[in-house]
Amino acid sequence: MPPAWETIIGLETHVQLRTKSKMFCGCSTAFGAPPNTQVCPVCLGLPGALPAANGAAVGLAVRGALALGCTVHPKSVFARKNYFYPDLPKGYQISQFDQPLATSGTLSIHDRFAKATAVDLNRSGVPLIEIVGGPDLRSPAEARAYLQLLKQLLEYIGISDCDMEKGSLRVDANVSVRRVGDTALNTRTEVKNINSFAFVEKALTVERDRQIALNESGGTVTQQTMLYDSKENSVRPQRSKEESHDYRYFPDPDLPPLVLTPEFVAEQQSELPELPGAKRDRFVATYGLSREHATVVTASRAVADYFETVAKTSAEPQHAANWVMTEALADAKDHNDELRVSPPALSQIIGLVKGGTLSHQAAKRVFAEVAAKGGDPRSVAESLGVIQVADTNIIAGWVTDVLAAHPTEVERYKKGETKLMPFFVGQLMRASKGKADPKLAQRVLEEKLAS
Amino acid sequence: MSDAKAVADRLVKAKRLNALLTPPKELRKSLNTQIAAARPTGVLYGMPVAVKDNICTLEFTTTCGSRILEGYRSPYEATAVAKLKAAGALIAGKTNCDEFAMGSSTEHSAYGRVLHPLDKARVPGGSSGGSAALVGAGALPAALGSETGGSVRQPAAFCGVVGIKPTYGRVSRYGLVAFGSSLDQIGVFGRSVHDAARVLSVISGRDPRDSTCEDRDPLRLPTVPESLQGFVVGLPKEYFPPELDPAVRRACDRAIRMMKELGAAVREVSLPHTPYAVPTYYVIAPAEASSNLARYDGVRYGPRFNGATDLRSLYRSTRGQGFGPEVRRRILVGTYVLSSGYYDAYYRRAQQMRALIAQDFRNVFDRGVDLLFTPTVPSPAFKAGEKLADPIAMYMSDIFTVTANLAGLPAISLPIGRVKGLPIGGQLIGQAFLEDEMIEAAYALERVVPATDEA
Repeated sequence: MPPAWETIIGLETHVQLRTKSKMFCGCSTAFGAPPNTQVCPVCLGLPGALPAANGAAVGLAVRGALALGCTVHPKSVFARKNYFYPDLPKGYQISQFDQPLATSGTLSIHDRFAKATAVDLNRSGVPLIEIVGGPDLRSPAEARAYLQLLKQLLEYIGISDCDMEKGSLRVDANVSVRRVGDTALNTRTEVKNINSFAFVEKALTVERDRQIALNESGGTVTQQTMLYDSKENSVRPQRSKEESHDYRYFPDPDLPPLVLTPEFVAEQQSELPELPGAKRDRFVATYGLSREHATVVTASRAVADYFETVAKTSAEPQHAANWVMTEALADAKDHNDELRVSPPALSQIIGLVKGGTLSHQAAKRVFAEVAAKGGDPRSVAESLGVIQVADTNIIAGWVTDVLAAHPTEVERYKKGETKLMPFFVGQLMRASKGKADPKLAQRVLEEKLAS
Repeated sequence: MSDAKAVADRLVKAKRLNALLTPPKELRKSLNTQIAAARPTGVLYGMPVAVKDNICTLEFTTTCGSRILEGYRSPYEATAVAKLKAAGALIAGKTNCDEFAMGSSTEHSAYGRVLHPLDKARVPGGSSGGSAALVGAGALPAALGSETGGSVRQPAAFCGVVGIKPTYGRVSRYGLVAFGSSLDQIGVFGRSVHDAARVLSVISGRDPRDSTCEDRDPLRLPTVPESLQGFVVGLPKEYFPPELDPAVRRACDRAIRMMKELGAAVREVSLPHTPYAVPTYYVIAPAEASSNLARYDGVRYGPRFNGATDLRSLYRSTRGQGFGPEVRRRILVGTYVLSSGYYDAYYRRAQQMRALIAQDFRNVFDRGVDLLFTPTVPSPAFKAGEKLADPIAMYMSDIFTVTANLAGLPAISLPIGRVKGLPIGGQLIGQAFLEDEMIEAAYALERVVPATDEA
């Protein structure tokens, strides 16, 4: 039996930078404005108009490159990519070609490093960077993981919102298969039109399976572009007429080479926040979280900042992590990723549990109430009537009632069946409608049962 | 300073030249409006300046002498035009030119050829032939043209006027319809060095809209010098070949003698890569043009032509019918030299040669030469139709001018004599951004040279 198949995937990702204005003119990049309201002679490509590079976009591109660990080049060259298309007003795209802004970055996925080779400014309208990954991914699942990591990283550093549905992150995939053990790369296809995160793994799986089936039936893969259809979950070859471009790249004579001073690059470096991996490691070291917990609370920069504030103000990092991973994230998931309970409020809730004022169950109710309606947790707890009762006299009254109601169990306990204690505590909590401080209740129960 | 009616009358009188594309009625109306709005304190207040039709104006159409932009009105104006208006000048209509500035005779205009102001059977040169002819006919003191490869200096020489091509980056290209972006510069025609220089001074200077425009103050006008004492003028031997028209040589010799009499030190120099300049130019300029002209696809502006049933046929019919033969030729050449497999053999080698040509000039200037003096064109104005069938012969009339474009240097052509009544131009090539020195020398030469005498 021949060895199994191995999948080789390389991703080319286009990321729209989060700038107020377009790459080469002052027009707005806001999404969803009426057609042709955010245009000027430059982005319309009117005769005589000239581009001028947007410094803010260059700064964001450099930040992205630094975050990916790329080498940022002091000099890069804008190049024209020539082709006709109705929404390409000049008949060429201003891109970079053989001298890009940055090269040789890496993105650590699982335990391997995927090379992110080039960061490159692109397209005359909205500023885009292109991140070209090498053929380093070995399965559709890995490709999805790579993309999620990339998205996490770029969101962290705030250079893009990476929203595939709005087109601010687009991905094309080069896919090929080979027998396990082979080292040479086989003919690849390019899969396009993957327009949602949910489809990345599906599209690549479909294409991988198609290539394997083709090989096993004695056919060969031809180099072509495959378009993914998410409704049918299938791929079809793009008509050859639609591709086979000779883009006739040449340096754009309207734009001098982009020269980045060491000061500019250093400034961008200083603008970079702590990256997800470093933050996770620090959370493990500083707050004693497990690696798994630290990974969950650093999934996004907003959650990490939230966790860290709560951890610091409550001085209970593990409790903070537990609350963030359960209640806070669950609530956010149902509410558009909004963390509705403020860090000081969550801190206070943790403090109330720690001080014995709230039971864990009561605290969850308070959290939900504060999330929905706001307010100070203690006042909310009071108005919900869930403050724990720590008055020995009141608790003694409940104990008396409970013991009177369960004479058989009292008898058995006194004969040595001490495992019945949780039963009594449970009964007492029920009698107190959950308000009794369970520790105090147990102590009083023990005293009464011992007498 | 003149009133709107007189300006318009003089221009309309020159109508037979086919130099002005603006209809008389529209011209009169606009001049009246403009003079009312012009700032009286401006340094060019009331001065009429015609503008080559490849420079965007709000006032008139901007067709670039092409069918493909017939009726096109730009929604914005070129920086140079805005600066002229801010200085009080009047935009005195748009001038005919070779289509997209591609040509050396202004015979390649979709709106008919321009006549030489002194001999209607001859060409005024090109591509800024309309501007040159109007100034040459005395209809205007100054006009804007544009250069990619000699398109101001060559027609200036043919029409007996002054033409200045500034250093690349001296004048903003914003609003100049691109042909060969790394070579294109707006240039100026004037009846005299002073008329041309003062217009140049107004339109020069930084512009954030053009990233290739240098961050410099506008050019300051020099005063007219008493002598050329201290100037070292180089005569590049490659510009005085044995086959040079004898009358052109005589006119040049006379001008050289006069510069010596004014105190200039004159010495022969060599620019060894000169023979490669025209072929280099005719790779780089078409390459850039093939990309710059891609936007004329019939989708957004300009007329649509019959026969388009889908997108590809829209492109094909628009570009096939909208562009004239010379433009189509250059787009094809340019597309070819940028194609994969040919890029290294043509475009890359041409760029390397361009660097050597620029180095030739630096070598000479580094050895103490301040300026170079050459004939502007190898011969006086040729007859209409004479070179239409032979593009290479046409291209060779740019042989002495394309070098300054390739090297990005400033150059001026001024009349230095006549042969059989036809003007001959002499050229001074200066160092980058030292237009003031070049203009100083031109002032001195202009004052003594018998520009309208037979050489």
